[in-house]
Amino acid sequence: MDENPSALLPEILLAVAAIVGLLLGSYLPRHRQWLVRLLAAAACGAGVVATVVSENMAVFGGTYVVDVATNATRVVVMVSVVLVLCLADPIRGMARESEFVVLLVLAALGSVLLAGSNDLMLLAAAYLLASIPLYALAGFAKDAPGTEASLKFYLMGALLGVTTLAGVVVVFGLGGATEYTALSTGLATAPRLAVAVGVVAVLAGLLFKAGAVPAHFWVPDVTEGSGAVAAAFITTVPKIGAVVAIHRLITVASARLDWALVVAVIAAATMTLGNLAAFFQDNVRRLLAYSTISQVGYLLVGVAAAGHSDLALPAVLLYLGGYAVTNLGAFAVVCALPAATVLADFRGLLRRRPWLAVSLVVVLLGLVGTPPTVVFAGKLTVFTAALDAGLLWLVVVAVVNTVASVFYYLRWIGPAVRGEPADMPEPTRWAVHTAYGAAAGSVLLGVLTGPLLAALGA
Amino acid sequence: MLSIVVFLPVAVAAVLLALPRVGDRAVRWTWIAATAVDLLLVAGLWIGYRPGDSGFAYDVHLRWIPSVGSGYHVGVDGISLPLVALTALLFLACAVYSARETRRVRSYAALFLFLETVCLGLFVSLDLILFFVFFDLSIVGMYFVIAGWGHRDAARAALKFFLYTFLGSLVLLLGFIGLYLAASPHTFDIVALTAQNPLAGRGVVAALVLVALGVGLAVKTPTVPFHTWLPPAHTEAPAAGSAVLAGILLKMGTYGFVRIVMPALPDTWRRYAVVIVVVGVVSVVYGALVALAQKDFKRMIAYTSVNHMGYVILGVGAAGLVASSSGQARDLAVTGAVTQMVSHGLITGALFLLAGALYDRGGTYVMSEYGGLAAQAPRFAALTGLAAFASLGLPGFSGFIAEFQIFTGSLGGAPVSTAVAFLGILITAALFLRALQQVLLGAFRAPGGRFGDVTTPEALSITPLVVLAAVIGVFPRWLLDVVEPAARAVNAVLGG
Repeated sequence: MDENPSALLPEILLAVAAIVGLLLGSYLPRHRQWLVRLLAAAACGAGVVATVVSENMAVFGGTYVVDVATNATRVVVMVSVVLVLCLADPIRGMARESEFVVLLVLAALGSVLLAGSNDLMLLAAAYLLASIPLYALAGFAKDAPGTEASLKFYLMGALLGVTTLAGVVVVFGLGGATEYTALSTGLATAPRLAVAVGVVAVLAGLLFKAGAVPAHFWVPDVTEGSGAVAAAFITTVPKIGAVVAIHRLITVASARLDWALVVAVIAAATMTLGNLAAFFQDNVRRLLAYSTISQVGYLLVGVAAAGHSDLALPAVLLYLGGYAVTNLGAFAVVCALPAATVLADFRGLLRRRPWLAVSLVVVLLGLVGTPPTVVFAGKLTVFTAALDAGLLWLVVVAVVNTVASVFYYLRWIGPAVRGEPADMPEPTRWAVHTAYGAAAGSVLLGVLTGPLLAALGA
Repeated sequence: MLSIVVFLPVAVAAVLLALPRVGDRAVRWTWIAATAVDLLLVAGLWIGYRPGDSGFAYDVHLRWIPSVGSGYHVGVDGISLPLVALTALLFLACAVYSARETRRVRSYAALFLFLETVCLGLFVSLDLILFFVFFDLSIVGMYFVIAGWGHRDAARAALKFFLYTFLGSLVLLLGFIGLYLAASPHTFDIVALTAQNPLAGRGVVAALVLVALGVGLAVKTPTVPFHTWLPPAHTEAPAAGSAVLAGILLKMGTYGFVRIVMPALPDTWRRYAVVIVVVGVVSVVYGALVALAQKDFKRMIAYTSVNHMGYVILGVGAAGLVASSSGQARDLAVTGAVTQMVSHGLITGALFLLAGALYDRGGTYVMSEYGGLAAQAPRFAALTGLAAFASLGLPGFSGFIAEFQIFTGSLGGAPVSTAVAFLGILITAALFLRALQQVLLGAFRAPGGRFGDVTTPEALSITPLVVLAAVIGVFPRWLLDVVEPAARAVNAVLGG
């Protein structure tokens, strides 16, 4: 039994950063609280380095695995945290600035643990760690929309969390173990129907974290109600861990049932509902919220191919990374122009702030999946994996959805590149640069798809 | 070398965007200079063109996404080289023509330079993913041209264009993935796929892949019934945008057939060639008939594009049909198809630029608003007349060479279809003559009462296109000598 703590160095770094940050925040004067942000960013940087040099292994009695999927999640989550910290200029000097950062870091830790969990008990714990800080973040501004969002988020999360716990109990009862390797042998002889019920219940919480149908109702309200920075984080980081966790879980559970169809149906429903609901949204944050729902649908297309195509897992991980950068880029534009809340507010952005407009166009077309952005590479590999797994119908649904999604992204791009400029206050400097960086990164990662896929084990 | 030609324009575009304080004048001259240099480089490519054993010259193959068997693989052969040259020439013409554009010149120039890179890149791609990247980016670029600089209903037309062609491109991508999965080892490399013939004897799968590729490319071409995005896109686009859209972007579809579908799926192509031929003939006749019914000059030209692209489809389809009978006939058909692509690019480019000149002066495309322009604007009348005669396939112009070869090559394999397609020529002749008569002859009439002759930039951009069409029509050998070996190579793969 390997109990080597150094295998968990990235996670430990995040945990230590959270604790030290909390202590530091209590003693620092308000105008020096940015040090906590710096600490968190440094921890993420060190965590990325530690991830790159780490070896693949299962630790702590096999309850936690360090493999390509976990490592990819670590890197993507930590880079996302750094990007969100760059966006977090509005909270500068605000009361509870360090608390905000600590909550971000704890939620990020929860997301990483979700991805690495190889044990149902640990999965349940990670679920709570990935959820509870977010309830606080959603209501962080203490205003009416934030409070409502937070409450809705919390109630839904609590309900689905309990469902997950119930599922854990059922699966444990059937399989006689909580650790996945033992579980997959234990489940092989269990009754199929009971296994299905148990695993679906466990999935409930993960689908909630991923923002997938049918556990997606919180996404638009939280994205609109909480601050733009918190929204950027909540719609990006928890998904990463959750999707990897879903992949891990159904690979285990496939001993008794083929989960491809279940995941495929969820994927189809998620992208279709997300896209249809996004069609006539005028509020940019609600539009992005529904867009993130639809993106989870495409991600789950890759998960559905798991076990039937060697490309499935690398494709999903590539897509996750691309999605994180691109989605944060879109939110960076929203953060850069805090006064612009509806599509019409972006009218004439090209004239007023040309490079910000170009960044917006790049990230939105990136979300569509236009080459050469990295989401295109993600979609390409995900579709390839799904076709390889014989899911032609699902890929066709995804293609039709992609075309439909063009419509609402263009509803945003159109006014931004045409028309006379609307009155626009000076944008937030850090967020602008984050938007540039994310847009450039989205294209650059697309060009570097080859080495990335190789690193992800394709 | 090839990569320099491809990426020079976009590099200039980046420089233009990055330098904030450049006057419109400097932007125009930079734009013209960049496209001119690129054309010279292409001329250099043509002069030094010596295809290697693979059939391709200037072959570059770098690793890009090795885990899915995709690489940066570019090269030109006798089919792509003329289209590369056409692209470089037409973009230079558009740059010269747009010397009078005053709205947001910097973005306009950057966008066109970006489009030039995209178009050149597509024609030199020897990798499906690379091809697709350029294919998709052309849609994005053209969307912004139409949405940003079009007139009247531009936003809606641009949206329709984007949605329609984007759906086509994704269907095409499905076909590419199908080819990739069928190949062993999995690869996106066009040359490797051609050598493998991966779907030989895979009945339903092969048919599905052919449908995906066919529909994807047919939307871009466009053939009936996938052409409905074309008229609004053309009508609303600015003149230079229409010229590029019709002259270059439409070729991407037909080029895809010759470059990818025929070589990679030879058996399936032969089996379903009759369907292709029928689609081609329907496009020919339908496009011509609808064009005949138009009152709007630009829409009329747009529909003649459907008609002219139909000839290309007929040619490539017939090459599949006659594959078993006569080698010479199918070589003729494919050579004719490629020549038609070049010819149509030149002539339609010229016609759309002329339509833009018409709109500039009269503010409308409706032909009945005009009359007797020949007296007031003799140079405009001469250019329009020449371009129209070239377009209807009069001997002495490139269109005749192309159509003659297509018909001669197709007659043996598809006699009835070819005979029906002849009707297309007749109708096109009628509609062009009618249009010329209405607009150029008779009593003078023009909105606003005045009609200035073509300006120097307009003349400088349009004349070379018409002249080149005539040169190809009179001395076609230099072009055909390049095209024919490549067409033979395609047919050799198509086999018998």
